[in-house]
Amino acid sequence: MAIIEVKELTKVFGHDAGRALPLLEQGWSKEKIAREAKLTVGVNKASFRIEEGEIFVIMGLSGSGKSTLVRLLNRLIEPTGGQVLFKGKDVVKMNPEELRGFRRKNIGMVFQKFGLFPHRTVLANAEYGLEVQGIDKKERTRRAMESLELVGLKGWENHRPDQLSGGMQQRVGLARGLANDPDILLMDEAFSALDPLIRKDMQQELLELQTRVKKTIIFITHDLDEALRIGDRIALMKDGVIVQIGTPEEILIQPANKYVERFVEDVDLSKVLTASHVMRQPELIRPERGPRVALQLMREGGVSSLYVVDQEMKLQGVITADDASQALKENKTILEVMRREIPRVHPDTLLNDLFELMSQAHLPVAVVDEADKLKGIVIKGAVLSALAGNAVPEGGLKL
Amino acid sequence: MNLPKIPIGQGVEWLEDWLTTYFGPFFDLIASIIGGMVSGIETALTFLPAIVLTLIIAALAYWIGKWKMALFAVIGLLLIDNLGLWGPSMQSLALVLTASVLAVLIGVPLGVLCAQSKTVQNIVTPILDFMQTMPAFVYLLPAVSFFSLGVVPGVIASIIFAIPPTIRLTNLGIRQVSEELVEAADAFGSTARQKLFKLQLPIALPTIMAGINQTIMLSLSMVVISSMIGAQGVGAYVYRAVSQAKTGAGFEAGIAIVIVAILLDRLTQNLVKPKKS
Repeated sequence: MAIIEVKELTKVFGHDAGRALPLLEQGWSKEKIAREAKLTVGVNKASFRIEEGEIFVIMGLSGSGKSTLVRLLNRLIEPTGGQVLFKGKDVVKMNPEELRGFRRKNIGMVFQKFGLFPHRTVLANAEYGLEVQGIDKKERTRRAMESLELVGLKGWENHRPDQLSGGMQQRVGLARGLANDPDILLMDEAFSALDPLIRKDMQQELLELQTRVKKTIIFITHDLDEALRIGDRIALMKDGVIVQIGTPEEILIQPANKYVERFVEDVDLSKVLTASHVMRQPELIRPERGPRVALQLMREGGVSSLYVVDQEMKLQGVITADDASQALKENKTILEVMRREIPRVHPDTLLNDLFELMSQAHLPVAVVDEADKLKGIVIKGAVLSALAGNAVPEGGLKL
Repeated sequence: MNLPKIPIGQGVEWLEDWLTTYFGPFFDLIASIIGGMVSGIETALTFLPAIVLTLIIAALAYWIGKWKMALFAVIGLLLIDNLGLWGPSMQSLALVLTASVLAVLIGVPLGVLCAQSKTVQNIVTPILDFMQTMPAFVYLLPAVSFFSLGVVPGVIASIIFAIPPTIRLTNLGIRQVSEELVEAADAFGSTARQKLFKLQLPIALPTIMAGINQTIMLSLSMVVISSMIGAQGVGAYVYRAVSQAKTGAGFEAGIAIVIVAILLDRLTQNLVKPKKS
């Protein structure tokens, strides 16, 4: 079940904003409403579902309505229309008491400029969400310390935020957001104020953190690289409208319209696509079938080598036509003649990191998972054509 | 065209009479509270010998600020004592402290209300403008008719004259708390009260203190005017010296006021500034 389901969520700014709703229904554009009704459409009928444990990125340029949209989810900004269903309950209809409870227990937030309280220590900042719930001092200190430890700030708890670097300040923000163990974490341009290198570290750390805490994260960004790097799915916004929702690959490979296409055209694909995107299905053989069958299979498949795997698809080696004929002559087994030294990579290896390996390898590179199971092979041509942006095999062929 | 004069003056006098008639007991109550406060503080200040109080204030100055301030406190207060103005100075100080405490007790909550409601701010702001620009002598008269002569109308007039900075700067300080911090407090489910006490007031504190400092200074500047309606203290010495054209005596009393003013100013200014570590 989706943890958050947003239906036709709309925000219009201005006097008596509700009158814009029927106009939007009639299909009036944002410009027309601005001109003739003197109202500003911030978010226009956004609908999406977010699954539990997902990192959902909302991306758009400034003014696209992404920051407004995220604030509609916890009602820091009151929606003009639509629904936000949290586990089936409509947040928009909550009374102030229920809303406070929702904010205290279910949804945390991390801010662009960190939003740390300057008069409180790091620990007191991390404790804030627990403190307003009235949790006793000992318990909240324990939980805040756990949270600080999680983000790597142990030993800094008695410092003031302004004594910390930007990256560390945002860790405090993250610890504060996580301390009350919410189901959902909203991150509003959380890394945008950081230096590029620090930002990359933080992205990596967020992904690592996510494997441990498994929160549902809604991440706002204007940076496509960031969105592609951390997002399980990405929603692209323009002028208050969500123009496309999809996995990073879908956004890159099948842009929904010209706008998305223009947005993604400058992306360095070698830093986005991975081995799993460009790998092909290899010709396989099990060792006990013998060199004669191997030669036969090569002839039929029109290939000059076969990948040797065991019953569990674990990669054993590779056998070429020459090896197979030699084995036949000398009456050897496949296991005796096959080559075991094969370049191997993980399916998540970026193409960028594949280049060097590819240039040295004579054989295609084998793609294997953690258990050494063969997933596919990468040949040079496939990498180049993928980078040219045209011939990525649909979804990457899987075995 | 010969329009009749609009009877604002009569209206005010009618209102004054009406209030005196119907709210007399209420004003009496206020008068006894304020009178009690002033004499209580005055008793406390004069209970100890001048030299002991001087040392206490010097210690306070050293604790809050630096040794220079402590030194100034010792020299300044000994000079006041030497000029024979210790008693009247303490009387004036009691008046100023009473007016300031009441102004803060009324002003800070009002400032908070202004910060939280645009409507309240729109009502209060013109009233503050009126209070600050209307010459103090003018509201001295109704104060006398409500509270009769003495120190109480002096305190009331001082409060009216001195309260605006506290209200304005409390309002400003809270409104200056950055939007993102307020959002953060909201996002974690703070109630309005929690937001006020855990975030807005602590962050606004330096600004509020600047307002309180101004309020104290302004009420100190009222001691001479208060003496015209019978408030005792060093202000009365100045008033008497002026009316008898005694430059020397006027100057001496003036110096006593300046010393008290500087001490009050520095002490309150440094109160919230963290000591250098």
